[in-house]
Amino acid sequence: MSIWEYANPKKFMQTSTMALPWVSGLAVVLLVAGLVWGFFFTPDDYKQGSTVKIIYLHVPAAMMAVSAWFMMLVGSLIWLIRRHHVSALAAKAAAPVGLTFTVIGLVTGAIWGQPMWGTWWAWDPRLTSFLILGLFYLGYIALWAAVEDADTAADLTSVLCIVGSVFAFLSRYAVLFWNQGLHQGASLSVDAEQHVSDVYAFPLWISIAGFLVLFVTLVLLRTRTEIRSRRIRALMARERAEA
Amino acid sequence: MIALLQRDLRLALRAGGGFGLGLAFFLMVAVLVPLGVGPEGALLARIAPGILWVGALLACLLSLDRMFALDFEDGALDLMAVSPLPLEGVVAMKALAHWLVTGLPLVLIAPVLGLLLSLAPGGYAWLLASLFLGTPALSLIGGFGAALTVGLKRGGLILSLIVLPMYVPSLIFGAEAVRRGAVGGDALVPLLLLAAISLGSVAILPFAAAAALRANLK
Repeated sequence: MSIWEYANPKKFMQTSTMALPWVSGLAVVLLVAGLVWGFFFTPDDYKQGSTVKIIYLHVPAAMMAVSAWFMMLVGSLIWLIRRHHVSALAAKAAAPVGLTFTVIGLVTGAIWGQPMWGTWWAWDPRLTSFLILGLFYLGYIALWAAVEDADTAADLTSVLCIVGSVFAFLSRYAVLFWNQGLHQGASLSVDAEQHVSDVYAFPLWISIAGFLVLFVTLVLLRTRTEIRSRRIRALMARERAEA
Repeated sequence: MIALLQRDLRLALRAGGGFGLGLAFFLMVAVLVPLGVGPEGALLARIAPGILWVGALLACLLSLDRMFALDFEDGALDLMAVSPLPLEGVVAMKALAHWLVTGLPLVLIAPVLGLLLSLAPGGYAWLLASLFLGTPALSLIGGFGAALTVGLKRGGLILSLIVLPMYVPSLIFGAEAVRRGAVGGDALVPLLLLAAISLGSVAILPFAAAAALRANLK
């Protein structure tokens, strides 16, 4: 039993068929628990009022946006090194999900920023690097869509993902250098002196877990779709060849 | 490698090679921006570093899709791929040729355009230095993007979508160096970081671009 068994599409489909109801169920439970607890059973902040509660969407979405890129990086590396199609397809499947999380992070941030900072958008390092991350996602998705041959597309996007990771990382720190911003630092670190009060932190952890499982669910679903569409294409090609 | 470099340079300099196109575009940007934002010297001086760097970036982008596309179409790229010269070397030479015909002229003409945009006197040396150190990275990143998109029909659009985000660090450090230089601040740190990006690109990107070309030629 090793993880490489799932490189076999059939095995992957079997296991994911079994796992999917559980994973998606867990995602729903965690999301409902985290969000309902967060929205309705936490007190309003003494300064921010109820807008503080957007944190339960904003922080998990932002964390998953970065994690999704990281997952794509791992998938791309596995594809380049071991040529497992499932991993390339999983990376492809994760990209739109990651982009969506990026957009959710930016939009919820803007909605929170309007009353709190008095502006929808500021050229703050975190906001800027997130916008740039979104651009990287766009380029990656566009390249997948543009290349016709599936294996070539997987190769090219994998290389792009690896090089893009380096440059996205560079941008992150270049932007810090460029402008010191409004955005607060990390507020969930366990060891820091100051962090979010436990009242807010517990539901936040739950909704982060919910977003993580949601991401897994969506990537599984989309990977299955990709595998099926690949199979359909293979079948149609065979029929044409026989006809 | 030298022969390849000479060939690329000759092709670029001959009629129809597109030499000077980027330069003309750069000039256009420097002329259009004052027309757009108004002729006040103080405002122009403030935005000049950014405008010059953005202009250089876009001028670089303009000629990227030609880097491999023509050789790909007439099959020369296939010959280069099977030649004893490693594909990494081919990419490096093509990027160098691109830099010599696009980047270097941009560096040389930039002070004149700085004058048009009333850049502060302290900024000129830093403008030259930052463009000189930064444009090699632009050519290499562009070469990588061009290698990724070489087989595509509408490659140019995707090329810019891929390449421009990767230009962000260079742009930030380059413009920051000029801005700090113009007001007499410490411009050395961003300049060194800019040079670091260029050196890193020289070290890594030929390999990535060669991998992309191999995938495209398969």
